[in-house]
Amino acid sequence: MSNIIEVRGVNKSFGGVVANHDISLDVQTGKITGLIGPNGSGKTTLFNSIVGYHPIDSGTIQFADREISKMRVQKIARLGILRTFQQTRIYSEMDCVKNMLISAAHHHTGWFDMFRKYPQELTERAEHLLEFVGLFAKRHLISGDLSFGQQKLLEFAMALMNEPKVLLLDEPTAGINPTLINGLINRLKRANHEFGITLFVIEHNMRVVMNLADSIYCLAHGEMLAHGTPEEIKNDQNVINAYLGAH
Amino acid sequence: MFDNLSLLGLVPLLNLQLLIDGILIGSIFALAAYGLALVWGVMNIKNLAQGDFVIMGGYIAFTLSESPFNLHPILTIPFVFVLMFVFGWVLYITIIRRVIERDLFTSLLATFGLAIVIQQLINLAYGPDVQTVESGMAIREFFDGEITIADTKLVSFLLAMSMALLITVFMKKSRMGRAIRATSQNARAARIMGIDTDRVYAFTFSLNAGICGIAGVLISIIWVIQPFFGMTHSIRSFVIVTSAGFGNLIGVILSALGLGAVEQFSGFILGAEFQQATVVGLLVGVLIIRQIIQGRQRQVVK
Amino acid sequence: MNLKLKKILFYGGILLVGIFAPVVFPAYTFQLAILWLMILFALTWDILGGQMGYNSLGNILFFGAGMYVCVVVQIGMYYDVAEYTAHFGAVKIDYTPYQYFSGLALGLVLAALFSLVLAVIFGWIVFGLRGPYFAIGTLGVAIAAGELVGTWDYVGGGGGITVPMYPGDPDDRAVFFYSLSFVSAVSTFIFLKWLYSTRFQLAINAIRDDEEKAEAMGIHTNRYKTIAWSFAAFFLGISGGIFGNMTGFIEPLEVAFPTVTFGIFMVLMVLLGGKGTLWGPVIGAVLFHLIKEITWTYLLGWQWVALGSLIIINVVFFQQGIMGWVMEKWPDLFGIKVDEDVVSAKGTNSVNNKVVS
Repeated sequence: MSNIIEVRGVNKSFGGVVANHDISLDVQTGKITGLIGPNGSGKTTLFNSIVGYHPIDSGTIQFADREISKMRVQKIARLGILRTFQQTRIYSEMDCVKNMLISAAHHHTGWFDMFRKYPQELTERAEHLLEFVGLFAKRHLISGDLSFGQQKLLEFAMALMNEPKVLLLDEPTAGINPTLINGLINRLKRANHEFGITLFVIEHNMRVVMNLADSIYCLAHGEMLAHGTPEEIKNDQNVINAYLGAH
Repeated sequence: MFDNLSLLGLVPLLNLQLLIDGILIGSIFALAAYGLALVWGVMNIKNLAQGDFVIMGGYIAFTLSESPFNLHPILTIPFVFVLMFVFGWVLYITIIRRVIERDLFTSLLATFGLAIVIQQLINLAYGPDVQTVESGMAIREFFDGEITIADTKLVSFLLAMSMALLITVFMKKSRMGRAIRATSQNARAARIMGIDTDRVYAFTFSLNAGICGIAGVLISIIWVIQPFFGMTHSIRSFVIVTSAGFGNLIGVILSALGLGAVEQFSGFILGAEFQQATVVGLLVGVLIIRQIIQGRQRQVVK
Repeated sequence: MNLKLKKILFYGGILLVGIFAPVVFPAYTFQLAILWLMILFALTWDILGGQMGYNSLGNILFFGAGMYVCVVVQIGMYYDVAEYTAHFGAVKIDYTPYQYFSGLALGLVLAALFSLVLAVIFGWIVFGLRGPYFAIGTLGVAIAAGELVGTWDYVGGGGGITVPMYPGDPDDRAVFFYSLSFVSAVSTFIFLKWLYSTRFQLAINAIRDDEEKAEAMGIHTNRYKTIAWSFAAFFLGISGGIFGNMTGFIEPLEVAFPTVTFGIFMVLMVLLGGKGTLWGPVIGAVLFHLIKEITWTYLLGWQWVALGSLIIINVVFFQQGIMGWVMEKWPDLFGIKVDEDVVSAKGTNSVNNKVVS
């Protein structure tokens, strides 16, 4: 299966506003796909549609050859599609390790697993991943007390803990100190190459997305504008117009 | 119960009577509900003491209609409004201001505590008997006495509707009205534009208290007041606001009139002891319906 | 003295106090029994309110349901319930000890199970609501239950129903019910202490902190919510059965479904003691019960005003409760690590800001 996610003809409107119109795209298995476009072009709406946050008006969304557009968020997450949020969401009253533990995968938990304690291996794995994102020293702090950038890293680590097949990242470098962005890009690449996680990334930072993505889709005004390799997209006149013309 | 139901079928004019009574009293519910929606929309405060403000207004009218004041109940309205407005302002400064920025359950609980205090104080002052205020107005008859409409109910309906109109005009045209609307949409932006949001909140809360006071006067004339009836009025307001939503006065009025009518019918068919159960049942029903509607969009009732 | 020994002494001490309290204070046995029930109320409310972030104003539903189920079983085992209630208590039931205790035992078990099932059913209705809607929705369900049971003649309707008499002298009765309350409360505590050491607690804490995030991470949120409420319902059902028998006469709105008294006390006790902690509800319950008894005795007439004021003061000025305040002052005692940079930047320990909606 070469495309882990296939979106065909997806339409989504909110009241009178058309957020996504006839969107079709493929997310290739094991690769990093980028999603760009000016503000308000419907990127996050598309993400929300894929993860089941709201129903779509028409079209199909297939994950590993399975129709998921009618499924609920929890079910889709358990199938292996996770997303991170633009505003970075974590469990703010718990410490980092606990945030990680509760993020371990839930698709094979039965009714009695709910009442087990967490095994040592899981804690070790959590700490290992926290080290991967550079939060090991802060692992016992309450996550709500971390800085914004640190919370973003924690959210990323939590996603990795869940061992997803696909990770949808909504502007992973937004709000991050420019000097730390390279580190984040490296970690994203490692997650893709070493852990085998397919990435689908919304980004505004052109440098990041050109560096990271194997192929890029560009949305504008709710419609698919262009698709291609970073080189092709960089030189696509429509894309350039969309960004320059956008306000 | 089925006897009563069949009675409705046999005497069609009875339906009309119940409907009219329901609409007339529903208009007063609309006032209290609008006040609740106002405070909720602008300050995000769920005022569980709303019904007790209403009852309080009723008792002030009751006091003013007795000696030594001996005012006609309709004339007490401006006094009640002013007194309740001041009361609301004091409450805002002491309690409400501190719970605005907090989480939502806090305001619910704080106002609940307030409701208890008010109920008990009124009970201590006036005793647990139901009271009503005499207005000495006529009762009109229609259709050979099959339909009766008390003048008090007509007058209170007209007053309630005029109040609603007045408030709408106030919110649209006056400076404070515009400030309130701005603050409810975006408090921070309003502050940056120079609006004193603290004053806006105080005014909104006090305005609500005043509106409830007026509703209370009307309730005391066409119905009864009792220290512990406040909770039911609060629930009524919640039912109306939940089914009508916030922005819209027309929706609130229609829901309120509908609620009034449903209550009259159920009170007749099922009996008076089911009155509170009906109101509460409607609340649960409205919430379930909202849930189903939201569920279609995969959202929840927030 | 190492930690293990300290713990054993501590818990052992409490157990001893609990067991011997009615011996030392025989006149207060009834009050102490109520205290244990209040602790149970607080602990069960905290499962949903403190640990999971769902503030229920209607937990009293299970208390009343359990109460009625228990008494119906107690009577129904040996008599016809409808006939009994039709006579408005003129029929005095004289049970042999065997009849009484077997009825009570079965009654309590069925009360617990019925409440559990009720939680599953009502969970379907209310768990699509959030925040204030959930609070008001649960309140509405509890009030509706009280009102509707009050019209149901099979269980005595508004006139209420008399509970079978305890076959023994009053002192024995007092101690018996005290023991039942004590055992129920302690069992609840032990159960929760275990529950909060498993994954279950992390899951419901995650729901509290950010339910949408929990859903997006694949947690079976609906499962956890329903089960959590079922646990609370189970213990509340038992407490209802016990209390109904202690009082002797059950009236739907005043005794079984008292939303404005016990129903709200549940919330208050936990707020006073500190939400989301195991000991917070316990401390809050003890303190609240003391305050309530004192105000009721010395401020008669004004006790409700005092109570309402207590609610306002607690909610407005002291939201984190006693345990919350203690945990902020001495976080190290609880294994909470605080980053010095964070402390100096914020100027205060913001360790325990539990945000609830």
